[in-house]
Amino acid sequence: MLSVSFDEIIAKLNAGKLYDFPGGVHPEDKKLLTSQAEIQTVSLPEKLIIPIRQHVGTEGRLAISVGDRVKKGQPLTRSSHPFAIPVHAPTSGKVTEIGPHVTAHPSGLNEQAITIIPDGHDEWTSLTPLSDYTAHSSEKVVEALCDAGISGMGGAGFPTHIKASGTKKIEFMVINGVECEPYITADDRLMREHAWQVRQGTDVLAHLIKPQVIIIAIEDNKPEALKAMQIACQDSADIRVVSVPTKYPAGGEKQLIQVLTGREVPRDGLPADIGVLMFNVGTCYAIADAIFQGKPLVERVVTVTGEAVEKPCNVWALIGTPVNHLLKEAGYNPTKQAQPQVVMGGPMMGFTLNDADVPVVKITNCLLVPASGELIDEDNERPCIRCSACADACPASLLPQQLFWHAKAHEYDKAQEYNLFDCIECGACAYVCPSEIPLVHYYRQAKSSIRQQRDEKARAEKARERFEARKARLEREKIEREEKHRRAKEARENKTPAGSSKDKVAAALARAKAKRAGKEENNTEQDQSATQTDKQAKVAAAVARAKAKKAGGQQSDSKDNQDRSDNVADEKKQQVAAAVARAKAKKTQRDSKSAPDKNSAASEENSSAQSENRATDEVSTQSAEDSKKQRVAAAVARAKAKKAQRDSKSAPDKSSPSGIAKR
Amino acid sequence: MKLTLSSSPHQRVQRDTGQVMRLVIYAMAPAMLVQMYFFGWGLLIQSIIAVSTALITEAGILRLRQKPVVRALSDYSAVLTALLLAVSIPPGLPWWMTLIGTFCAIGIVKQLYGGLGFNMFNPAMVAYVILLVSFPAAMTMWLPPVQFMADPLSFADTVSLIFTGYTQAGLDVAQLRTVADGITMATPLDAVKTGLTEGLTYSEAIQSRIFNGGLANSLGAGWSWVALTYLAGGLFLLKTKVINWHIPVGMIGSVVVCATVLHIADMDFYASPLFHIFNGSLLIGAFFIATDPVSASTTNKGRLIFGAAIGFWLVIIRTFGGYPDAVAFAVIIMNMAVPLIDYYTRPRTYGHGSRSNKRGR
Repeated sequence: MLSVSFDEIIAKLNAGKLYDFPGGVHPEDKKLLTSQAEIQTVSLPEKLIIPIRQHVGTEGRLAISVGDRVKKGQPLTRSSHPFAIPVHAPTSGKVTEIGPHVTAHPSGLNEQAITIIPDGHDEWTSLTPLSDYTAHSSEKVVEALCDAGISGMGGAGFPTHIKASGTKKIEFMVINGVECEPYITADDRLMREHAWQVRQGTDVLAHLIKPQVIIIAIEDNKPEALKAMQIACQDSADIRVVSVPTKYPAGGEKQLIQVLTGREVPRDGLPADIGVLMFNVGTCYAIADAIFQGKPLVERVVTVTGEAVEKPCNVWALIGTPVNHLLKEAGYNPTKQAQPQVVMGGPMMGFTLNDADVPVVKITNCLLVPASGELIDEDNERPCIRCSACADACPASLLPQQLFWHAKAHEYDKAQEYNLFDCIECGACAYVCPSEIPLVHYYRQAKSSIRQQRDEKARAEKARERFEARKARLEREKIEREEKHRRAKEARENKTPAGSSKDKVAAALARAKAKRAGKEENNTEQDQSATQTDKQAKVAAAVARAKAKKAGGQQSDSKDNQDRSDNVADEKKQQVAAAVARAKAKKTQRDSKSAPDKNSAASEENSSAQSENRATDEVSTQSAEDSKKQRVAAAVARAKAKKAQRDSKSAPDKSSPSGIAKR
Repeated sequence: MKLTLSSSPHQRVQRDTGQVMRLVIYAMAPAMLVQMYFFGWGLLIQSIIAVSTALITEAGILRLRQKPVVRALSDYSAVLTALLLAVSIPPGLPWWMTLIGTFCAIGIVKQLYGGLGFNMFNPAMVAYVILLVSFPAAMTMWLPPVQFMADPLSFADTVSLIFTGYTQAGLDVAQLRTVADGITMATPLDAVKTGLTEGLTYSEAIQSRIFNGGLANSLGAGWSWVALTYLAGGLFLLKTKVINWHIPVGMIGSVVVCATVLHIADMDFYASPLFHIFNGSLLIGAFFIATDPVSASTTNKGRLIFGAAIGFWLVIIRTFGGYPDAVAFAVIIMNMAVPLIDYYTRPRTYGHGSRSNKRGR
């Protein structure tokens, strides 16, 4: 890492020189739409929707319930965790609902939110300022910041009290008033109108952090704000108000650090690692309000702009104000839009809302309502011509087109090799792309896919660990059990004579076996198809047996078979055997005996043959080849038998057609 | 209220692919006019043949590939390829050779590789090489600048020459190249190459008539003026940020270095750097051909290397190879090396030390 020494940086700052970051673009800034008018107050909306989590971290515990009356500034949630910061009632009124509500999130997901119907009094709760903050311990001040619900208002929403209570040595504390996104003038107006509060907030932070140098950075397209801040800070030798060249995204944390100090935040690190901390001017204002007035963060400046509103302006919006209320106040004219569209944030990094009922939150700095033709209207992606205008624009020195190739091809390993996760999604690459490829969109998709894969991997890993732990536990328990049994056995053996105990065990085993056998029999009988075939098989076997008896020979064979007829496999064998037996029996019949008295036997056989057909058919549906062979064998046997019968006597029986058919 | 969604950024610079290509064409236009002024109507006719062939080929193949035709044609990339080929071939080339060349450029080198953005090689240069290798005689039959011709060709003569092989008076290209006093006019590069093989020294070779009326002593008549206009067009492209400076600087710089080294080593045999720059197609190559984004390196460091290597090959082939000019060969050789160059010239990402960057790989 290129690390620039403190003295070098100071020398450069003293000389009025700055570093630069690579890439960057100069989009049309359109700030004049709103930069010339004072921040206005707006009427109370009909309802306020306060998402309980508006920062990076966990939400606080609910401190109110539906039906409660709340006063302005009353905490709605309580912090129970270092990363949990409370939200406060933006005005006095009644809590009517606590539940999921569509919120300001690119995904359009619903989040837990508290709905308050204002009573119109706007009555403050009792406030406890900490004006003599220098007389209090740092812990106390940090706690006050947390209780006031202050999180970074520049966009990331990181809890301010966490940043302010770090232990790393800070050389530079940077107050970010760059506001490099086009259209947005919220910070600009705030600095112009409330420079002193911003300065006060800066002082509070400086008291907590004790940096060596404080830099307030403002882009040079905001000369009035620069002047105002210079005046507000003229009595302090520690604070430098620095004008930075206008270039998007100079206001990005990493880029601004690079411009001011020439240092780079290491890829897995934080600014504090290189001795820098950065706060937004809006955050400083909120800190001043919290410390000197005791007011929690319940309102912020929001730029409502775009050519589809009649009166673009900056407003003091209560946190929780629905977007459509602000649009109405600014004179939203839907006819100017081909399709209704509202961007929350700026045109470069903002996201489109899916519902205008979304509330303003602590990080909402702009609502942009473009007229048709003002921003990108259509998706007009063409093939990449590899011009690498994107690489020239990238402030992180990535190769956006390589990332694009790999992201598009789902080659996530390669995309990561090209440092996909160092992309800050500033949109400079897509802004300059002549093929109008929505590059950032591809990166977001790739990133979320990779994150999902990682999560899944982590989950699988956890599951594996759990499984192995369980296996180990079972193993352990088994060994313990065996050990216990062994000991018990030893103990028993010592008491009782060995022979009798063995006898008992043998008896128990026998009992158990008998029981199991009985159960299994039942089971097979419950099984429908098995029972059916079983029965048929038994019939066939019985017939065969009868024949065999008549013949006087082969008896034992078929009997044995019948005894074993429990399952399908056996059944097949048995059928074959039966058929063979039958055939043999018939042969014997034919050979030994003569006709008349066998009439009944023939008809009996007829029916048995039919039932056998059914039986074999059913078997054949289960197993193909064997049953076929066997069927053929049986048919042949039957046919022979019948022929013999017919030959010996003229019996007009019905079996012949089926016999012929069979053959 | 139902709102429409889209992905950030919502703002975009108003320069699309078609505009980029058109800017390149505009930057070429003055040089093409100068070329026509010095070398007659041939270029105009060749351009018409090439552009129409390119558009028809592109449209036909896009139809086959079931891709939107009008959208692709409106990016002007096919037109630009056709024009680059047209300015590279001799103005009197038979029409069907131009047609074959353009078809190869668009149909094979560009579309068979997947269309715009996917071709590995510079389509115009591959087409040029295909023609040069297939029709070596015709491809080296450059007509002399009109100032040397006894009877400059009329438009009708030129049309007749290209489509029938003979002017209306029945002269073919070989006869046209023979100027009044019976000497065959060659290109400046040819003149020097032939002169050196005939045992002349470099300073004797540049006494050839073709160098009368050039920009300076060793600069060919007509040729050097055309080159100068391409230089101006290239500077326009740099100014409008259509191209980055890396490739032209790398290429010209490397030619200067290589040529100077050789020239100092032996002034009798090796041409001066100025000779290399203003004769032949170095300047159009440096600003208009090697800078084709699709087939060039994509990192800035890589482009410097890419350009420098082209310049190196250019001097080597011109000096020691069999062909008098070498932009096409040099560019194609380096097109092949682009993936490698790109891989090893990745810039250091913000927040990555050079060491951690390696670990990242």
